[in-house]
Amino acid sequence: MDNIVDKVTNEDYKYGFTTDIETEVIPKGLNEDIIRLISKKKNEPEWLLEFRLEAFRHWQTLTVPTWPHLSIPEIDFQDIYYYAAPKAEVEGSENKEIDPELLKTFDKLGIPLHEQKALAGMAVDAVMDSVSVKTTQQEALAELGIIFCSIGEAVQNYPELVRKYLGSVVSHTDNFYAALNSAVFSDGTFVYIPKGVRCPMELSTYFRINAKGSGQFERTLIVVDDDSYVSYLEGCSAPMRDENQLHAAIVELVAMEHSEIKYSTVQNWYPGDKDGKGGIYNFVTKRALCKGNGSKVSWTQVETGSAITWKYPSCVLLGDNSVGEFYSVAVTNNYQQADTGTKMIHIGKNTHSHIVSKGISAGHSQNSYRGLVKVVENASNARNYSQCDSLLLGDKCGAHTFPYMEVRNETAIVEHEATTSKISEDQVFYCNQRGIKTEDAIALIVGGYAKEVISKLPMEFAVEAKNLLSISLEGSVG
Amino acid sequence: MLLEIKNLHAIIKSNGKEILKGIDLSINAGEVHAIMGPNGSGKSTLSSVLAGNPSYEVTEGEVIFNGKNLLELSPEDRSHEGLFLSFQYPVEIPGVSMSNFMRAAINEHRKYKGLEPLSASDFLKLMREKQEYVELNNKLAGRSVNEGFSGGEKKRNEIFQMAMLEPKLSILDETDSGLDIDALRIVAGGVNKLKSSENASIVITHYQRLLDYIVPDFVHVLYKGKIVKSAGKELALELEKKGYDWIKKELGE
Repeated sequence: MDNIVDKVTNEDYKYGFTTDIETEVIPKGLNEDIIRLISKKKNEPEWLLEFRLEAFRHWQTLTVPTWPHLSIPEIDFQDIYYYAAPKAEVEGSENKEIDPELLKTFDKLGIPLHEQKALAGMAVDAVMDSVSVKTTQQEALAELGIIFCSIGEAVQNYPELVRKYLGSVVSHTDNFYAALNSAVFSDGTFVYIPKGVRCPMELSTYFRINAKGSGQFERTLIVVDDDSYVSYLEGCSAPMRDENQLHAAIVELVAMEHSEIKYSTVQNWYPGDKDGKGGIYNFVTKRALCKGNGSKVSWTQVETGSAITWKYPSCVLLGDNSVGEFYSVAVTNNYQQADTGTKMIHIGKNTHSHIVSKGISAGHSQNSYRGLVKVVENASNARNYSQCDSLLLGDKCGAHTFPYMEVRNETAIVEHEATTSKISEDQVFYCNQRGIKTEDAIALIVGGYAKEVISKLPMEFAVEAKNLLSISLEGSVG
Repeated sequence: MLLEIKNLHAIIKSNGKEILKGIDLSINAGEVHAIMGPNGSGKSTLSSVLAGNPSYEVTEGEVIFNGKNLLELSPEDRSHEGLFLSFQYPVEIPGVSMSNFMRAAINEHRKYKGLEPLSASDFLKLMREKQEYVELNNKLAGRSVNEGFSGGEKKRNEIFQMAMLEPKLSILDETDSGLDIDALRIVAGGVNKLKSSENASIVITHYQRLLDYIVPDFVHVLYKGKIVKSAGKELALELEKKGYDWIKKELGE
């Protein structure tokens, strides 16, 4: 394998451009005045300011977590802009005309925002830095009673709903970055699906970091009422910069009785260059509460970007007969580091969870799976099946598995399987002999390895994710 | 001449051991050549070296294939030029369907010839047509490459791929090993159907058995990295009867 892995270069990051647009930033640093200023900019009610301040006061008592299998350089939290708002609208325009530069940016990313050009069967909320630029298809969705808007807009228009659920799944006391996000969060997406509605299109949010020196702290809240369904997808990218930028988000999902949420992520933040310089720190808390009986949440993630990833999309299976699923492909190349996995907390009776994690490591990268399966005392007949596979390309990368199990009910059945494999020279030569060149052979083999997860993505993104996988690994073999 | 091998020497890269010690062989279109020889004589190494397996290094000699210097071509370009190797041990590629795999291969071949990729429906039609050569059924398209295939299915799958790619020169490396008589008949039947005056085959085998089905024009004996005897198909029968010892005696060993 050595001679295949010798040549390690870096494919150009396709989304590394910067948009030249006037951006309003508030002073760097973090203190109560900054938080008051953010809250004021967003014209927030008093309770939300209090929510932020309480989180901030708690955050000040915390220190950065050191348990992940990651080496994270010290972050100066006073050296970050916590609010950066591109001037989205053309000044003086009557019907809130969007700056053409912004439209161009999202066009370039493959996210057309003009209603007439909008992707069929899909509604998009486009977020740049701290603000939502535009949300498409809102009217069509509103006819079904579906709310799909930025969280800032939701605070203004649906304050009761937001107040009821914000922080109900991920409290500000959950962890260091959750506290930070709760103090300074800016735009993200709010979704509410009323009872008995099957959302007819994919809802999605595209997150873009643009401003230099800023962080992105979005917050997403999705509430799906009884007997309803939604499929939601998030994508993201950032310019290529030598500095590291922080992305610390919170995603909260609430699934009521017999409802289902399918949450898919294609994460493509700038991973840094081939020497490990620059890139996004992606420190994210994602959790779903399967609140109602028979509710179901599926997390599907394809992670190829970010210099460092620290995230564990989880399910709290509170309702009886509820189901949690986690399907993940995490790719690390060059000097990327990922510590990712899930938590499945079985509380209701007859709850099921299914975990499929596929790690792919190349270059000098480190890729860890960390997962917890917890079955509480009263959770009778809980079932879990976990499968964690690692694929190594070369001998300078690392793959690690940290499975935790806490089972307090003896009717539970918890299974864990793990494998580690390498792409063999024989497989590559076999493809070569049939006329397939090495780069394409690797893409084919990796695609086959990740198929079980990719197939869970909505159709059009499955293709994108497959391409992304091969681009991320391009140059990792020669 | 389709293939001309002159004084070919090759070593195993990892330990420097010389396996091929001066091979000379000429093959014309329309011919079937059998290469026989005892274990460890270098038969499989010869097929690996011709296909461009990176585990071996050519230290001397030259190979002209179809007017081109074969040794200068990458393994994939050797394939594009029409060289096909039916592997002794076909590898498994989990999760990659035969249709995806073959489509990638076919389209690379077409690209090399300056042709447009095949449409999905034309491709599937071609696949259905060719899988009949070796009596593989319609489930083949969806199965992962060689994963969970029986020994016989793996070899039939190799010949199926040969039928798809329509090579000028096919090298069948111990294609008969591990086959029962029915599978052997199917595999050989496939090879015979593909035979034409435009292409040629090298059949590497240990036993005469396969040569009852695929009748060679020439039989060569490879021993200690050299071709020590060449004759017509009767040589195979003689070897079957007498074993390899008489050859060793002839060589004065």
